[in-house]
Amino acid sequence: MKKVYPNKEVCIGCHLCEVACLTAHSKSRDVVIAYKEEKDAQGLSPCKTVIHDGPACVALSCRHCEEPACVAACISGALTKNRESGRTEYDEEKCVGCWSCLMACPFGSIRRHPIKEKIVKCDLCAGRDIPACVEVCPNWALVYEDRGEK
Amino acid sequence: MIHLAFTPIGKKYHDFQVVRDKDACINCQVCVRQCSYGVHTWDENRKCVVHDSSKCIGCHRCEAMCPTDALLIQEKASDFKANACWRPEFIKYIYKQAETGGVLLTGMGSPVNLPVYWDRLLLDASQVTNPSIDPLREPMELTTFIGSKPDALRFEKTPTGEKLVTKIGPQMRINSPIMFSAMSFGSINFNLHIAMARAATELGIFYNTGEGGLHPSLYKYGANTIVQVASGRFGVHRDYLNAGGGIEIKIGQGAKPGIGGHLPGEKITAKVSETRMVPLGSDAISPAPHHDIYSIEDLLQLIFALKEASEYRVPVGVKIAAVHNVAAIASGIVRAGADYVAIDGMRGGTGAAPGMIRDNVGIPIELALAAVDQRLRDEGIRGHASVIAAGGIRCSADVVKAIALGADAVYIGTAALLAVGCTLCARCYTGKCPWGIATNDPSLAKRQNPDKAAKQMTNLIRAWSHEIEEMLGGMGLNSIESLRGNRDKLRAVGLSQTERDILGVKHAGA
Repeated sequence: MKKVYPNKEVCIGCHLCEVACLTAHSKSRDVVIAYKEEKDAQGLSPCKTVIHDGPACVALSCRHCEEPACVAACISGALTKNRESGRTEYDEEKCVGCWSCLMACPFGSIRRHPIKEKIVKCDLCAGRDIPACVEVCPNWALVYEDRGEK
Repeated sequence: MIHLAFTPIGKKYHDFQVVRDKDACINCQVCVRQCSYGVHTWDENRKCVVHDSSKCIGCHRCEAMCPTDALLIQEKASDFKANACWRPEFIKYIYKQAETGGVLLTGMGSPVNLPVYWDRLLLDASQVTNPSIDPLREPMELTTFIGSKPDALRFEKTPTGEKLVTKIGPQMRINSPIMFSAMSFGSINFNLHIAMARAATELGIFYNTGEGGLHPSLYKYGANTIVQVASGRFGVHRDYLNAGGGIEIKIGQGAKPGIGGHLPGEKITAKVSETRMVPLGSDAISPAPHHDIYSIEDLLQLIFALKEASEYRVPVGVKIAAVHNVAAIASGIVRAGADYVAIDGMRGGTGAAPGMIRDNVGIPIELALAAVDQRLRDEGIRGHASVIAAGGIRCSADVVKAIALGADAVYIGTAALLAVGCTLCARCYTGKCPWGIATNDPSLAKRQNPDKAAKQMTNLIRAWSHEIEEMLGGMGLNSIESLRGNRDKLRAVGLSQTERDILGVKHAGA
């Protein structure tokens, strides 16, 4: 399946992927409204996180693992692995906010929703051909491709 | 915005002003992370991003990266009292030097308002009496050979037909008459060297290592590499000389004729140290002259030493800055055995040069090129060496005009850097290039992704080559060879008789 792969060699730590992610997952789809209204009022937050360590940085998000630890840990059935699409899917309705998945994820790619007892996780931008983070990356540090992983 | 009361008075006369559209700014801090000069900061008290315009160097990186178009970088509107003699730059130079006592450094090519002769030259096109050619439908030849050509070809009859007996010297074959100019590893970073090497290889042209040596990992691109030997002799050894498809002796540089170079020790990282063969962290000083060249005869010795070292397999050229007696100097260089002469005009770029030198020394490439071509022709030695024009080639029309004035090919340096984002802020000497070009700081250097940079450079040369084909076709020419030194394809507008005589070009209408 196609996944988003980060390249830490050329990630410049600008965080534009986070801006694009947040906007793509907003109701308004407008970067200014998303940041100025939805972010604070509704706790809108990106599923992407840029991690820095000195000059090194990399943009992390859900790896959509072949055998996802989060799915195994999920107590409510909110996280499931779609064997057809390969995606690790999240159903907010079912989520009970136990954070088991946060503990289980080996990549730290799941975050708590800042307001609700829910999580925030990459959905590979359902409805978009190319995830917003990949499209926005100014240095080609994020690629969306099939490397034979399921 | 902050700490302004503590800013020295001289720094308040800064060049740029940051304008932030508060309605559009989302405080995402992309500008904070991108600015390597500390202009934008997060203000914990105000809970918003603020800026200090006095630190802005006008590179436009923040403006380019801002996701909401909230930033505008403009020249500071405040003007000194109008004075045609004491223009603001001179006033600011004096304030700065009164404070520091130092030489004013700068980077890139001279921005001074001198005539750009390219703009005063116009190209011809075919109408009625000779047909123009459509390059999309008919073959168009841009292939160029850089190297010494024989005065005549001799053939001998053999049972299988005529056979060429004249020995033709080594040549650099290029698919388009454009090459990447010498920019050393150190002055620009390794990512861009990888990009230039890959782009040159894909395009079938050459890039020039500059004086910083060649890292062994780039030897595989050697067939498209010119290895440079400059006064500091950094990274010069037998394998290096035999790694490339051409060797260039650098005598001078258009941005700083008569001046050496100084790569500060802070820029000598492990990789630069290894490549240049200088100790880690020590300054790399390029002397102003080659200490073994004090005459044309000395130059001849070095040319042939390099030819011997490379077993006469590759052309050996000489690069000089365009200075007053450039034609006579070029004649001497050709007679000394150089296979090509590269002439770098006064608008050529640099990683660091004293501003006074950059803006006041040397002559424009158009005049130098025309003078050199004419002199070599008059002396009957034009064919003994190729001529490469450099310094201020801005577009494909400039390339075409340069070739019509007598160049075999051109070098582009500034244009290649513009292709990867450079905005000519001219602060290359600080090592803090926010575009990740003139810096070896790992967190900045990685702003140049070699894959992306190679693609951008390749695109640029491809685009220019298409345009050159269009212009050639319009003139009824199907080969770049037919344009070389063909000054009848040029006409001047608004130039004096003296200028036209030097350029060897008639006035428009004549």
